[in-house]
Amino acid sequence: MHVFDMENEGNVRGGGVRALNQRLHDLAVDDCDVPWRVENSKGAHALACGMKVGATIDIAGHAGYYCAGMNQHAMVTVHGNAGVGLAENMMSGVVRVKGQASQCAGATAHGGLLVIEGDASARCGISLKGGDIVVGGSVGHMSCFMAQAGTLVVCGDAGEALGDSLYEAKIYVRGQVKSLGADCVEKPMRDEHVEHLSGLLKAAGMEADVTAFKRYGSARQWYHFHADKAGNY
Amino acid sequence: MRREVGGCECEVEGNRKGFGLHMKNDTGLNPDAGGLKESATFDRHMIAEIQRAAATGIYDIRGHGAKRRVPHFDDLVFLGASMSRYPLEGYREKCSTEVVLGDRFAKKPLHLKIPITIAGMSFGSLSAQAKESLGRGASTVGTSTTTGDGGMTPEERGHSSMLVYQLLPSRYGMNPDDLRKADAIEVVLGQGAKPGGGGMLLGQKISDRVAGMRTLPKGIDQRSACRHPDWTGPDDLAIKMIELREITDWEKPIYIKIGATRTYYDVQLAVKAGADVVVLDGMQGGTGATQDVFIEHVGIPTLPALRQAVEALQDMDMHRKVQLIVSGGIRSGADVAKALAMGADAVSIGSAALIALGDNSPTLDAEYAKLGSRAGFYDDWHEGRDPAGITTQDEELSKRLDPEVGGKRLANYLRVLTLECQTIARACGKSHVHHLEPEDLVALTIESAAMSGLPLAGTNWVPGKI
Repeated sequence: MHVFDMENEGNVRGGGVRALNQRLHDLAVDDCDVPWRVENSKGAHALACGMKVGATIDIAGHAGYYCAGMNQHAMVTVHGNAGVGLAENMMSGVVRVKGQASQCAGATAHGGLLVIEGDASARCGISLKGGDIVVGGSVGHMSCFMAQAGTLVVCGDAGEALGDSLYEAKIYVRGQVKSLGADCVEKPMRDEHVEHLSGLLKAAGMEADVTAFKRYGSARQWYHFHADKAGNY
Repeated sequence: MRREVGGCECEVEGNRKGFGLHMKNDTGLNPDAGGLKESATFDRHMIAEIQRAAATGIYDIRGHGAKRRVPHFDDLVFLGASMSRYPLEGYREKCSTEVVLGDRFAKKPLHLKIPITIAGMSFGSLSAQAKESLGRGASTVGTSTTTGDGGMTPEERGHSSMLVYQLLPSRYGMNPDDLRKADAIEVVLGQGAKPGGGGMLLGQKISDRVAGMRTLPKGIDQRSACRHPDWTGPDDLAIKMIELREITDWEKPIYIKIGATRTYYDVQLAVKAGADVVVLDGMQGGTGATQDVFIEHVGIPTLPALRQAVEALQDMDMHRKVQLIVSGGIRSGADVAKALAMGADAVSIGSAALIALGDNSPTLDAEYAKLGSRAGFYDDWHEGRDPAGITTQDEELSKRLDPEVGGKRLANYLRVLTLECQTIARACGKSHVHHLEPEDLVALTIESAAMSGLPLAGTNWVPGKI
């Protein structure tokens, strides 16, 4: 295992984050057999962002903003909490947070799987573009706002305005939804949705009764501007 | 929205008094002659707009920038050399034009041969041929072009020697591979035509390719987000900038683009957030599709915004350390020279570049007329029926624009802008266009003097200062 101690290796020019990310970015596809462990992260921002290869990276502590941002292929695990914009614009790979995640987790993610074992704050999955997010706890308000594709699974509750201005993303919630956003409606859970949800929960390593979930999606009423609905805008 | 210019095809009746663009005067009276008095408040355009709104129930959407007259670079003149200034020979003596952008933090700043760049315009709003033309033209003369709201196409990357990749609120098509392919990154907070508003691309322009790049259903009316999804203020933005630098190993210059509103403070916050370059877009800056009421009534003109931006940088001792690009109504080499003299490091053009490609060409007048417009007036860029093949996704219309020809036309135009700017700089005795300074300029009107911070011609009076 490669151990990168942010405290000991943080005195180089640009600090520990720069040194860590440069070493990770320099990894070739064939260099990914040995996992990395990042110690003394102390909530630093932009940890392990811009990964291009399938390395396994464990962050042994809390992460700040934009941890694993734009991730490609890598398996990043945060053994603590994560700040704003966790795995934003992720393209592929798996990002897992053992604790809680702050706002905008998985924002605009195009692909990959983001697993948050605790709660996620507001705007989880905002503008989601194809990635999958599984949250073991609850999510805050405006989650999946303008989400275009991909899936958000919430094993707990969802805050206000879930799925506001939703496009084609899918949302499954087991608990209570405080309110649905504009053009977001509850839809029937058919067999293919049960299968889809089961697969995501399995991939995330979470056990939950899929029959307890409800599905939400776009009513597709706002895809075109209609003058006679101007009062709704 | 379709408007009638000249002839009338509208459903609105009762214009017998000669009001409105819809009018075909059948009374024998010439509305421009004596006897009929037009209201300054309810002029013909305003009446036509009320009638259009009543007929359709929807606001007017159009392209282009603000059409109203605002104080602009036309209201400034150069003093030129005379007894106390030594001019340079117009065609022989050196007058350099190169500019370096982004050397504050980036390992690889951009080195442009001319201080004129091509503004961000999306594939989707523009045809692939138009994007390729912009890349070809800009590359020919050694300057950069910019992506737009919709991602990077291989055509524009392949034909742009220097390409700036925009990070917009929508994040359509944003991916780290393209981020690394870019020569610079531009974080877009707003644009001059609609500061505070998001993008708009109506269904008729959402082709299969555009829909795929944006991860949207084909044919929907697409409205982009107006605010970024993963940061909410300048402190967050500063951290976002760090992330972008980390992902690209601190190689790329990062610009921050703002629409002109509270410019002084926005520029200072952009510098604080870590910008290498600030891009400032005034209200005359164009758009592919926006509500007319937004274009004409939100934001401030380029002239006062530029002065505020320069003051903001100077007050932070960051002028020329963080470069300033200004856009919004740049049309001629005189505009370029005036912007540089006021303190910009470079300018950016959008609408003018499209006109150089062939937009609003008189040769297309009959086709514009069929669309309810005329050459010189056409602004329905959002409708996707552009006979010039520029603002369309229609395959047949797009083919009308030959990218090689378009690129040559744009290169010609950029050369003229540069030559004109050099002509003025030499007349002011400058061996580099960046040596132009505010002292070379005076204002022709009280309004422009107040907005630009330059003295009214023939006086020492700067309204608001002295």
